[in-house]
Amino acid sequence: MLDIKNLHAAVEGNAILKGINLTVKPGEVHAIMGPNGSGKSSLASVLAGRESYEVTEGSVDFLGKDLLDMSPEVRAREGLFLAFQYPVEIPGVSNINFLKTAVNEIRAYHGQPPMQAKAFLDMLKSKQKLMEFDANLMNRSLNEGFSGGEKKRNDIFQMAMLEPKLAIMDETDSGLDIDALRIVSAGVNKLRSKDNAFIMITHYQRLLEYIVPDFVHVLYNGRIVKSGTKELALELEEKGYDWLKEDIRLEEPVQ
Amino acid sequence: MTTVTRNISFNEALPALFSAQFSANGWFDGREAALKQFLALGGIPTVKTEDWKYTNVVSFFKNDLQVTLPEVPEVTAAQLEATGLILPDTFRLVLVNGVLQPHLSQLPPASQVTISKLSEAGSQPAVELYFNQSPRIGEHHFAQLNSALFNDGLFIEVKAKAQVELPVQIIHLYAAGQARLFNPRHLVVVNEGAALQIVESAAGIGLADKVVINSVMESVVAERAQFSQYQLQTGGNNLRTINQNLVEQKGKSVYNNYTFTLTESEFVRNNLNISLDEERTETHMYGFYIAAGGQLIDNHTSVDHRMPNCESNELYRGVLMDKSTGVFNGKIYVHEDAQKTNAFQQNNNLVISPEATIFTKPQLEIFADDVKCSHGCTIGQVSEDALFYLRARGIGEAEARNLLVKAFAFDITAKVNIPAVRKQVEQLASQYLNA
Ligand SMILES: Nc1ncnc2c1ncn2[C@@H]1O[C@H](COP(=O)(O)OP(=O)(O)OP(=O)(O)O)[C@@H](O)[C@H]1O
Ligand SMILES: [Mg+2]
Repeated sequence: MLDIKNLHAAVEGNAILKGINLTVKPGEVHAIMGPNGSGKSSLASVLAGRESYEVTEGSVDFLGKDLLDMSPEVRAREGLFLAFQYPVEIPGVSNINFLKTAVNEIRAYHGQPPMQAKAFLDMLKSKQKLMEFDANLMNRSLNEGFSGGEKKRNDIFQMAMLEPKLAIMDETDSGLDIDALRIVSAGVNKLRSKDNAFIMITHYQRLLEYIVPDFVHVLYNGRIVKSGTKELALELEEKGYDWLKEDIRLEEPVQ
Repeated sequence: MTTVTRNISFNEALPALFSAQFSANGWFDGREAALKQFLALGGIPTVKTEDWKYTNVVSFFKNDLQVTLPEVPEVTAAQLEATGLILPDTFRLVLVNGVLQPHLSQLPPASQVTISKLSEAGSQPAVELYFNQSPRIGEHHFAQLNSALFNDGLFIEVKAKAQVELPVQIIHLYAAGQARLFNPRHLVVVNEGAALQIVESAAGIGLADKVVINSVMESVVAERAQFSQYQLQTGGNNLRTINQNLVEQKGKSVYNNYTFTLTESEFVRNNLNISLDEERTETHMYGFYIAAGGQLIDNHTSVDHRMPNCESNELYRGVLMDKSTGVFNGKIYVHEDAQKTNAFQQNNNLVISPEATIFTKPQLEIFADDVKCSHGCTIGQVSEDALFYLRARGIGEAEARNLLVKAFAFDITAKVNIPAVRKQVEQLASQYLNA
């Protein structure tokens, strides 16, 4: 589904991603962990098409197409979804109109007619139920005045509505209370199928107890320096990243 | 001698034009004095005049501009309908070249509101009291020109305590066979405890050339009265508009002004002057403009806080596209006696094209010490983060920008209390943004 090869990216001339390799197959859940500033959100941004990042080397194949060649909206329409670490507030754009526009633009891209009002409302209701998302938030402006947790839940709710093939969740768990974490995780687990895949960026092992990953990767200084199974997350929780840094320093050529 | 000919400036030609038709027109005996004042101010302002620094109108007053009392051609109901301006659920006053057309109008009940042609209102006590009395009228070049040359307009007086239920839509139609100057003139008096909403629209009818509309409306909002004025400046591309609104508020009155400039006209200049003459008044001023192509949209507002405990609140927003120019100048004067004044002013601009220009200048002059005032202006682009967020959900770039610009306008359109007006404004805004 997703094939990242030797991906390098820079912001304003500063190299941030320095050779990422990652393959994600349908049905898989990958977790990406790593210290602050290691490049996790940058990777997510590059995949979603944020224009401030310049890809300097490497390739990304998404469902047989060149992802890096597509505009952000085309990536979304092809089935990529990014749940943001910091969802933005957009006063004056109503949550519900925004969602309707998004759903219908994606449908139009696939040659489908706009959704009927009734069908849209039905879908809205069923997804609200799935994610236990507060219906009152729907009629407000997009994320305006939402609490930190409400913004995260709104992003995940959007994910449920748009039914992406590959969802990247950037620290969705930070900011969620204990109950919300359980609810959101249960919702995500229900969305999982053999045809879709998830990349979860997180600092905490707790999320991975609810949504059990097939693979755990550690991103450090712009590269994936270690990959393993869910046990790796436990080990990181216990030992932190320092032991890895030691290993890496040994591997890296002396400058 | 009815047009400004080439080679002679408007100012030079004016006295002869004035004597030919205007000097003895109707009941108003202040025309001569107004003409003198206009010329004393320097006549048509040039860019050397502070308030006209960015707004050059000199060229509009050249080259065979016709300056006569206008004829009033017959306009049919079908022609009116075709303007697309008619709003549902309103009373309606239709004027052609400044003259009220009763057969096209639907007047509010006479038990609540007196409505007549201004030309026939000379003996009304309210006219004697208030006509041409607005505090700052003497400073305005174009208001003086209007006082000298006006042909007709509306006199509207709402009886004390009358609550006019439906908004009164005023449709100003202009028809002329060549370039000409129109000077419509109106007086609105909302008496003690009364309430009135007006919605003004304008359009040209088969205009063969560009016309200049130099309009003046004076309004008086008496004690505890409420007056809302919506200006939908949506007229077509042959109108050049210079618009003066002079408002006086008495104690505990409320005045709301909404000025929407969503037009194909190449030029609109609005002057809104509000004088708070007594205590405990409330004033709201909202403006939204979209300028495209080579348009120039200029809003000059001023509020005189003369007495204590008054509140004024102003929010103007604009979107500037292509090679357009926007001008905003907002003055707030807090006079010595105006303690406990609350005055807020904000002007935000979205500059979408690198070739568009905005000149924005908030001005506060405070001579009282116990006051709360704030003002500010911003000039910016659409937020890149917001744009990316929308695109990352599959919304195309053009549509995403459109949503964000609408969101920018939302704080103002949300303040509109007449659903049909709000709908028209939103439709026009979309239309201009997508053009
Ligand atoms: N516009 C920018 N200019 C310069 N450096 C930037 C810019 N944007 C990001 N960076 C840098 O890139 C690095 C990676 O940032 P990124 O947000 O990807 O980290 P992260 O792994 O998501 O961290 P966290 O766990 O704190 O969310 C950081 O050092 C950051 O300062
Ligand atoms: Mg991050």
